[in-house]
Amino acid sequence: MNEKKALRSMKRKKFVTNSIVHVLLSILAVIWVFPIFWVVLTSFRAEKGSYVSSFFPKSYTLDNYKSLFTNTSVLNFPKMFTNTLIIAIFSCLISTFFVLSVSYCMSRLRFKMRKKYMNMAMILGLFPSFMSMVAVYYILKSIGLSEGAMIRVALVLVYSGAAGLQFYIAKGFFDTIPKALDEAAYIDGCTKWQVFSKVTIPLSKPIIVYTVLTSFMGPWVDFIFAKVICRANADYYTVAIGLWRMLEREYIDKWYTCFAAGAVCISIPIAILFIFMQRFYTDGLSGAVKG
Amino acid sequence: MANLFKKHVNEFPSPYTVKNAVKEGSIVTKLSMLILGLGNIANKQIIKGLIYLALEVSFIAFMVMSGAHNISMLGSLGDKAAEEVWNEAKGIYEYSAGDDSLLILLYGIASLFVAVGFVLIWVSAVRSAYKADYLKKNGKHINSFADDIKDLFDKNLHKTLMTLPMLGILALSILPLIFMISMAFTNYSKDGDHLVLFDWVGLKNFAKVLNFSDSLGQSFWSVLGWTLVWAVFATGLNYILGMILAIVINRKGTRLKSFWRFCFILSIAVPQFVSLLIMRTMLQPSGAVNVLLQNMGLISQPLPFFTDPTWARVTVIVINLWVGVPYTMLQVTGILQNIPAELYEAAKVDGANAVVTFFKITLPYMLFVTTPYLITTFTGNVNNFNVIYLLSGGDPTPVGSTAGKTDLLVTWLYKLTIDQQYYNIGAVIGILTFIVLAIVSLVTYRNTGSYKNEEGFQ
Repeated sequence: MNEKKALRSMKRKKFVTNSIVHVLLSILAVIWVFPIFWVVLTSFRAEKGSYVSSFFPKSYTLDNYKSLFTNTSVLNFPKMFTNTLIIAIFSCLISTFFVLSVSYCMSRLRFKMRKKYMNMAMILGLFPSFMSMVAVYYILKSIGLSEGAMIRVALVLVYSGAAGLQFYIAKGFFDTIPKALDEAAYIDGCTKWQVFSKVTIPLSKPIIVYTVLTSFMGPWVDFIFAKVICRANADYYTVAIGLWRMLEREYIDKWYTCFAAGAVCISIPIAILFIFMQRFYTDGLSGAVKG
Repeated sequence: MANLFKKHVNEFPSPYTVKNAVKEGSIVTKLSMLILGLGNIANKQIIKGLIYLALEVSFIAFMVMSGAHNISMLGSLGDKAAEEVWNEAKGIYEYSAGDDSLLILLYGIASLFVAVGFVLIWVSAVRSAYKADYLKKNGKHINSFADDIKDLFDKNLHKTLMTLPMLGILALSILPLIFMISMAFTNYSKDGDHLVLFDWVGLKNFAKVLNFSDSLGQSFWSVLGWTLVWAVFATGLNYILGMILAIVINRKGTRLKSFWRFCFILSIAVPQFVSLLIMRTMLQPSGAVNVLLQNMGLISQPLPFFTDPTWARVTVIVINLWVGVPYTMLQVTGILQNIPAELYEAAKVDGANAVVTFFKITLPYMLFVTTPYLITTFTGNVNNFNVIYLLSGGDPTPVGSTAGKTDLLVTWLYKLTIDQQYYNIGAVIGILTFIVLAIVSLVTYRNTGSYKNEEGFQ
């Protein structure tokens, strides 16, 4: 009898803690999802302007999306979108190549400059990344990349040029590939290049996907570098500067709901990429060859 | 501290050094110190020799054409101002081209880079000549050009793979950084109209920034203090709350684990600048949060989220939690599952409750494993530009000051350079940020296991 009572009270205690935990998690989840929910609501709101009088819109419309893509006279969103896409594709190709080659060298090859290079990368990482931004602008200007269509080249260089410093995650991944595989390949007469291209790369799909996606996402989410490099050349703006400008004082009243629509348009593909990538990210951290 | 200054042992000794070339090299080798590639050409490595020679010729041509002039101008940084000149033929005043100190500095530093690069090429050429000479004397095989190419994909693969990334880093990271650092020693600012012509001023800017009695110095120390407070809070709170969240989601009784995880991950998946801009508009005096609270009758006046210094500081820390906690959750979930279950069972037997197990088992274990991660996060938070700039923009800013109450060193740096054109002070701030971070992380990082025993798991 007593035992039954104790069991019941334990069960009840468990039930109470579980309920508390679930209520707490729901509250937290609401806090975390609230801003996202709100921007989706705003993107369908019919009344313009940033000053809301009620939380839920009074009427709903798709006009915000329509005018985002058709009203190109002041802020040309479709053009910004193509600009960003072009820049993202090229900088993604270059930086993937840079990251993979550097991390392979750091992980598998032993040479004189290796430790020095790693220390250098660590020291460079301690400087505020845009401290040299103004200097980068003048360097690009002095080789004629600051005007007209060359701005795109300049942005590609800015996003991918120093990618060789971001080797930590990929190096960690390569470190987990057993060295025995390399040695077996050497015994079969492979050169180092063949080991890299025929043994390591095929085993590294997760980290390649991860590198490709992160570098592809870079230009979509950065706006500081883009702002400094583009200056007033509105023709070459990326979406990030475009969205930022929509919230500036002279545009905010007319463009606020369009900003929300633009934010939704950008966020959906990036969110999908991210959730897809997250699997590779955890795989990448846990290693290539499972025991 | 001791191993910071550990003596380096050369792991890759080579007999083909410049010193040996001077001591033991043949006359051809010694001549190739003047005419690069001569030693290679004499030993039938004609293409390699010609490449060295071509590099030398182009370097000399560059130096004669502009390099030497660029470097010589570094000392004065130019002093010829643009002047109005009467043009007789056109009948108008024209501006004569004056010196632009910024370009002089940039070209000078770039030329110095080229010169250093040439020294490296020279060393490699002399060594290569000596090597060919040495191999020939000992009757060994001398690599043909085809052999060299083959080596680039085998023994010297690192050279092939590292060249382009390294050039990128040199041009877009190191060169601009040195350019910026040298600005810290000039008077390049709108102060005293030095935006076109400026001079070296030595350590004067540093003295000004570090001086307690100067208004700039006072701003610096208060911004530095807030930056450190911010970094400690942002790192520590994110770490602990993210870990608690991960534990709560992972505990046995929790249902719908992947649904909760998805809710939190959703906020990372949205680009940071989008979610931060949304937050900013939501927290304005007439933004969604204030409207909602006023409609519910909870407050009569809008809350001063970004207008009151204390409110603003708390707001940015709290919003940074919103941004950062899901990240920590994502990253620590895997590590948490690695903590040996026996530890928890033993604690349970001893009658420890959840709070005690967290502080006695989970936290110490996690701290042990994730110290490098914590250092990176701390560095990231000191340099956390996005959160501050997009949320509060550093505001509220006291009248007459260049730094706002929520400005970090980085956002202040940005404002000083981009908005207010105090380039020299901005550069000083950047250097000081670097020094603070370097001291904190170098000492900690070099004492962690992952640095000392890098190949422990291979």
